[in-house]
Amino acid sequence: MMNKQTALQKRYDVLIIGSGVVGSALARELSRYQLNVAVLEKELDVCTETSGRNSGVIHAGFNNKPGSLMAKFCVEGCLGYGVVADEIDIPFSRTGKLVVGFDDEDRKKLQALKEAGEQNGVPGLEIVESDVIRDKAPAILGEMALYSPMTGITNPFLYTVALAENAVQNGVSLWLNHEVTAIEQVDDGYQVQTTQGVFESRWVINCAGLFADRVARMVGIDDYTIYPCRGEYLVLDKELGSQLPLPAYPVPNIREGGLGIHLTPTTDGNILVGPSTDYIDEHTDYGTTRSILDLLMREGRKIFPPLNPSAVIRTFAGVRPKLVSRTTGGYADFVIEHRPETRHFINMVGLESPGLTAAVPIARNVISIIGEYEDLRENPSFNPCREGILSFKDQTPERQESLIHENPDYGVVVCRCEGITQAEILAAIRNPLGVTTLSGIKNRSRAMMGRCQGGYCQIRIAELIMAEQNRSEESVMLARKGSRTFVGKVRPS
Amino acid sequence: MTTQNRSVIIIGGGPAGLAAAAALRQQGVEDILILEREHDLGGILRQCIHDGFGLTRFKEALSGPEYAARFVDTVQQAGIEVMTDITVTELHADRTVVATARSGRYVFKAQAVILAMGCRERTRGAIQIPGSRPAGVYTAGIAQAYMNLKNIMIGRSAVILGSGDIGLIMARRLTLEGASVKGVFEIQPYPSGLPRNITQCLDDYDIPLFLSHTVTAIHGTKRLTGVTVSQVDSSFRPIPDTEKEWTCDTLILSVGLIPENELSKMAGVLLDPRTKGPRVDEHYQTSVAGIFAAGNVLHVHDLVDFVSLEAERLAESVGDYLKQAPADEEAVPVEADPELAYTVPQLVRADRDLTVSCRVRRPLNRVRISIWQNDQKHVTRRFRRAIPAEMIHLTVPKEKLVPGEPLKVVVEHE
Ligand SMILES: Cc1cc2nc3c(=O)[nH]c(=O)nc-3n(C[C@H](O)[C@H](O)[C@H](O)COP(=O)(O)OP(=O)(O)OC[C@H]3O[C@@H](n4cnc5c(N)ncnc54)[C@H](O)[C@@H]3O)c2cc1C
Ligand SMILES: Cc1cc2nc3c(=O)[nH]c(=O)nc-3n(C[C@H](O)[C@H](O)[C@H](O)COP(=O)(O)OP(=O)(O)OC[C@H]3O[C@@H](n4cnc5c(N)ncnc54)[C@H](O)[C@@H]3O)c2cc1C
Repeated sequence: MMNKQTALQKRYDVLIIGSGVVGSALARELSRYQLNVAVLEKELDVCTETSGRNSGVIHAGFNNKPGSLMAKFCVEGCLGYGVVADEIDIPFSRTGKLVVGFDDEDRKKLQALKEAGEQNGVPGLEIVESDVIRDKAPAILGEMALYSPMTGITNPFLYTVALAENAVQNGVSLWLNHEVTAIEQVDDGYQVQTTQGVFESRWVINCAGLFADRVARMVGIDDYTIYPCRGEYLVLDKELGSQLPLPAYPVPNIREGGLGIHLTPTTDGNILVGPSTDYIDEHTDYGTTRSILDLLMREGRKIFPPLNPSAVIRTFAGVRPKLVSRTTGGYADFVIEHRPETRHFINMVGLESPGLTAAVPIARNVISIIGEYEDLRENPSFNPCREGILSFKDQTPERQESLIHENPDYGVVVCRCEGITQAEILAAIRNPLGVTTLSGIKNRSRAMMGRCQGGYCQIRIAELIMAEQNRSEESVMLARKGSRTFVGKVRPS
Repeated sequence: MTTQNRSVIIIGGGPAGLAAAAALRQQGVEDILILEREHDLGGILRQCIHDGFGLTRFKEALSGPEYAARFVDTVQQAGIEVMTDITVTELHADRTVVATARSGRYVFKAQAVILAMGCRERTRGAIQIPGSRPAGVYTAGIAQAYMNLKNIMIGRSAVILGSGDIGLIMARRLTLEGASVKGVFEIQPYPSGLPRNITQCLDDYDIPLFLSHTVTAIHGTKRLTGVTVSQVDSSFRPIPDTEKEWTCDTLILSVGLIPENELSKMAGVLLDPRTKGPRVDEHYQTSVAGIFAAGNVLHVHDLVDFVSLEAERLAESVGDYLKQAPADEEAVPVEADPELAYTVPQLVRADRDLTVSCRVRRPLNRVRISIWQNDQKHVTRRFRRAIPAEMIHLTVPKEKLVPGEPLKVVVEHE
């Protein structure tokens, strides 16, 4: 147990609440400076909420209202994504994107999107006809489309994980399983109460996503309400993957507050179908529902006829932290504010789509606010590069041979569907953030993500976790606190 | 990297692979290599500690490991070469086999390759059960492996979805280890497991079986807290207002097995959409010359005894194949009656004795199942009751068969 005494020794210049993509991007950007930075995260891993539950599209920025922060940061984030992806070694592919239409009404809407995009500074937008659609994605239906060459796809888990790892490598402290429960303004900053002790900091940044309104209320900012709006998805087997080289969207219905049910290839070669848009009552109700799953199937087929129920390998949901209610509909802009009465507390709420794309520009914007008050000096030892886990199956036969020779664990295939070796699983278990949940290992290594969903390898991975960390059966968690995977031994051994 | 040449490579050291190896050696084939990714031979049988294996073949009730041991002993006594802890990662149409192990990466080239990789389980995703994603949802085979191979207890109170044999066996196993099993829920109006397992695993332990029921939602954000179960109509749609909540910390899925066909597909082997395994002729040869398949990789079996028999028939043909160029009788289709889910083989050349394995789609009372060629009835079997859980086998001696004429498997109601 941590008592107040020891916890109080934890004093920082900047405390970030929440390690989703925004908190993690901010942590990394802050580690470029000589600052003592920590991140408080309530879950057992980064990326447990919205940042790990989205389409993984790096949007070009034509869906957002000209002049909005959303538009500005989305365009910047998209243009700069390639550099960041290279530095932190994560998958990114500028696939381009099609928004397909079928009639004159649609054509008008596509034209309007194109104009908005151009106002926002999105390069290369074009209205194309059905022959071009056929050419780019033969399986996609549509009479005409808006083609956006800058749009891309990424792996949102690995992106967030990599940002957080690079931040930690550059000196940031990450406190997992530390939920912030109260914040008190003190002379030179804030005292932050968590489920595991008290922290102090000159600056506090609210990156709490779906709970950002609650965190804001802790310092007395009570004029925001987040309306959770769920989006459900189907994940399709890789077998269909080759038929969808780029994301394909229908013409969005702005009032719905989503981009319509679309089809997105993942960087691993699967396809996502979704998301739906349904306001719900509970912020982290990630359940999926029969009626929506059926709707996804029907809607998806309208633009992608090969879609069929037997191709579905799993379903999931994400929740948008909306600042507009069901009755208002549509979008509100990102809120990023520093109020005089809550000096040194930067409040961010309503970071819904395109928050993944915009995370780095959002972080830089926060730093420019801090820079108005602090003399920010560069951290001379900052290293922007982080290395991911080497993928054995993507190596040449010769390289595979020598890898096994150097480390025989490469010769042991643990996940049969994705071809992941024991060396890769162990690298994931020994991750720099110290995450040990089964989902954490899955998201880092891709093991258990394939069509058998861990049928073959979960046992081996659970055993490796227990052996590596000398843990009991009862302490192996699936994802969240208390998500016990086993209840003990069958018979005492 | 040097390529090693072999006469026969067998991928998988479960009952199918072992029986094929032993039978090939009996025919005098010398150069056989079994590749098995686990540390021990025996396949899925290693985790089946219950008895009931071998009744057909050995006329005794053996446990899974005991049944496997008989074949492992034979293979070892015959001095057949076995590599374990090695995973085949690639198979090509020219019968190149690539495998990795701690000792390195291996490339083999074989005259004949035998696919004996077994099957995998259908998962929650594949049947799309809505709801949240807590810990405590297991497929029956994984639950069995955790408990029987790793001594890990997976939960204290369970609901079982699907009445497949492994689910039934796990209902009993969990009960014996002190867990409470609330019930087994089956979407079909009849059980999908064998009658003997219904009696011995459910009835004997007072575990209720609910037919025409399915799980319609999963609850809990951390560990499973319960499931919603609904009754379904004849098209498997949940009937409104029949929902019932069941409290449990574990949900076991026993919702079907699918042949393991990653490698088969990589080699370009054509699959049968009904069995989801390779399409074969009566030699168990796939659409790719020199690649053969038997056991659960070909079609999911009810009893291991039939796996062994099938692999032995395959071995006979592989032996012939190695001696001479493959038969060049043209293969013609075996047409399955609409009442049948499938037949194996799907093609015949009519140049060896034929065994047709098939399953009915739904339980049928008082039927005759016959094999016809033109107007000639080759064989008939009568069934007081035929059920999907039980595989049906019909044999026709070579002499009766006419090459080039399609076969029909016909179901007649009496
Ligand atoms: C269905 C869907 C699809 C989307 N698709 C895209 C897309 O394709 N492209 C795109 O650019 N954007 C997309 N988005 C938007 C994007 O996912 C979000 O904008 C982004 O992930 C928000 O990141 P975040 O870090 O603000 O929030 P989160 O990821 O929610 O992170 C907040 C973190 O704070 C933690 N936290 C909360 N309260 C506390 C507390 N009291 N103490 C400690 N920690 C706390 C949480 O546990 C969480 O880890 C999509 C969103 C949804 C829902
Ligand atoms: C869980 C379960 C319970 C059962 N219970 C009963 C019962 O009670 N009574 C009964 O009679 N029958 C039972 N059966 C049926 C019977 O056990 C199976 O039909 C039989 O084991 C199938 O044999 P097989 O050799 O085809 O496959 P398996 O036994 O599955 O063997 C396949 C082998 O191939 C190996 N392999 C797969 N891929 C590779 C690769 N790429 N490289 C190297 N090796 C590989 C696997 O590790 C495995 O050892 C059960 C089946 C299952 C799945």
